[in-house]
Amino acid sequence: MLGAFFTIFIFQLAGEAIQKYFDLAIPGPVLGLVLMLFMLLLTHRNLNPAVTHFRTKMITSAEQLLGYLSLLFVPIGVGVIMHLQLLEAQLLRIIAIIVIGTIGTMIFTAFIFLKTSKAKADE
Amino acid sequence: MSESAKLYQVWVYLQAEPLFWLTLTIGAYLLADWLYRASGLFPLLNPVAISIILVSACLMAFDIDYERYFDGAKFIHFLLGPATVALAIPIYRNWNTVMRAKNAIIISVVLGSFFAIGITYAMAVMLQLDPLTTKSLLPRNVTAPIAMGISEIIGGVPSLTAIITIVTGIIGAALGTFVLDLFRIRDMAARGFAFGLASHGIGTARAMAKDKDAGVFAAVAMGLSGIVTAAMIPLVFFIIRDFL
Repeated sequence: MLGAFFTIFIFQLAGEAIQKYFDLAIPGPVLGLVLMLFMLLLTHRNLNPAVTHFRTKMITSAEQLLGYLSLLFVPIGVGVIMHLQLLEAQLLRIIAIIVIGTIGTMIFTAFIFLKTSKAKADE
Repeated sequence: MSESAKLYQVWVYLQAEPLFWLTLTIGAYLLADWLYRASGLFPLLNPVAISIILVSACLMAFDIDYERYFDGAKFIHFLLGPATVALAIPIYRNWNTVMRAKNAIIISVVLGSFFAIGITYAMAVMLQLDPLTTKSLLPRNVTAPIAMGISEIIGGVPSLTAIITIVTGIIGAALGTFVLDLFRIRDMAARGFAFGLASHGIGTARAMAKDKDAGVFAAVAMGLSGIVTAAMIPLVFFIIRDFL
């Protein structure tokens, strides 16, 4: 458990360091995510018992943390009380964008996915 | 000293402590989560939305500054970064699926993410939203921790992005089945993929509840679109920045 959290923190630190060093516009934790994914894929075929044991622990701990993911947005979400005026003045327009944008994105994505996966099946 | 003066003193002491705001946040979440389950997972009773409303109502009722609240609640907020890194796990677990439909997935993630950003930006310009709100809206279709990170980097308001992202998830989960039925999209992989890309975790949970295959593709779309969008928005944004 502690080892898994340590590993996650190390990857986040690496991500933040890379972001700062190269002055990238990608959030540090997202870079950490990509590095972690690379590490997992690179060691995927490693069946050394110590490695598999650690991998299983990693997965369990990460999934436990992700189980609480929704709770983690609450503190920052409450910050919306500081911006209620911004929200109030444009509420209908914001909702229109969300509804039309979400429906449009779903249809577009589903069609692209169907076209591209069919193209492969037809080969 | 009178009884009520003593109680007031205790309150003054407690509300200056992080413990009080941590407890309030977790308590509000537990209550909201219970309500959500008791309602049979009714989409409008989304636990995050309800927790935010409950905590905000408390702060307003007792006239507490957000800074004071956040000073305590930041210990929960801190875990958002590590949780973002942990999002590598669901992608890793579904890697076989990714490799099986590699081309379809890569093309759909890139074009779908681009479409999501484009339609949001185009509508925000058309409806003349102010720049701060537009920037906060752009990453709305990806999972909240990543969306907030992007919002912060491009100069949006992460709190506003959090709310907008959650509403996007709720709307996608509530309308997705109807919309995809209307367009006669029956392929479970395509349906799941659209849910995950357009409405992140909340849509993915919905897709998983309906069909296992749809759930896997939703999880893949959610994870990969988060990464692609985090790279794409800053790129697009630095091109269109002069117009905002």
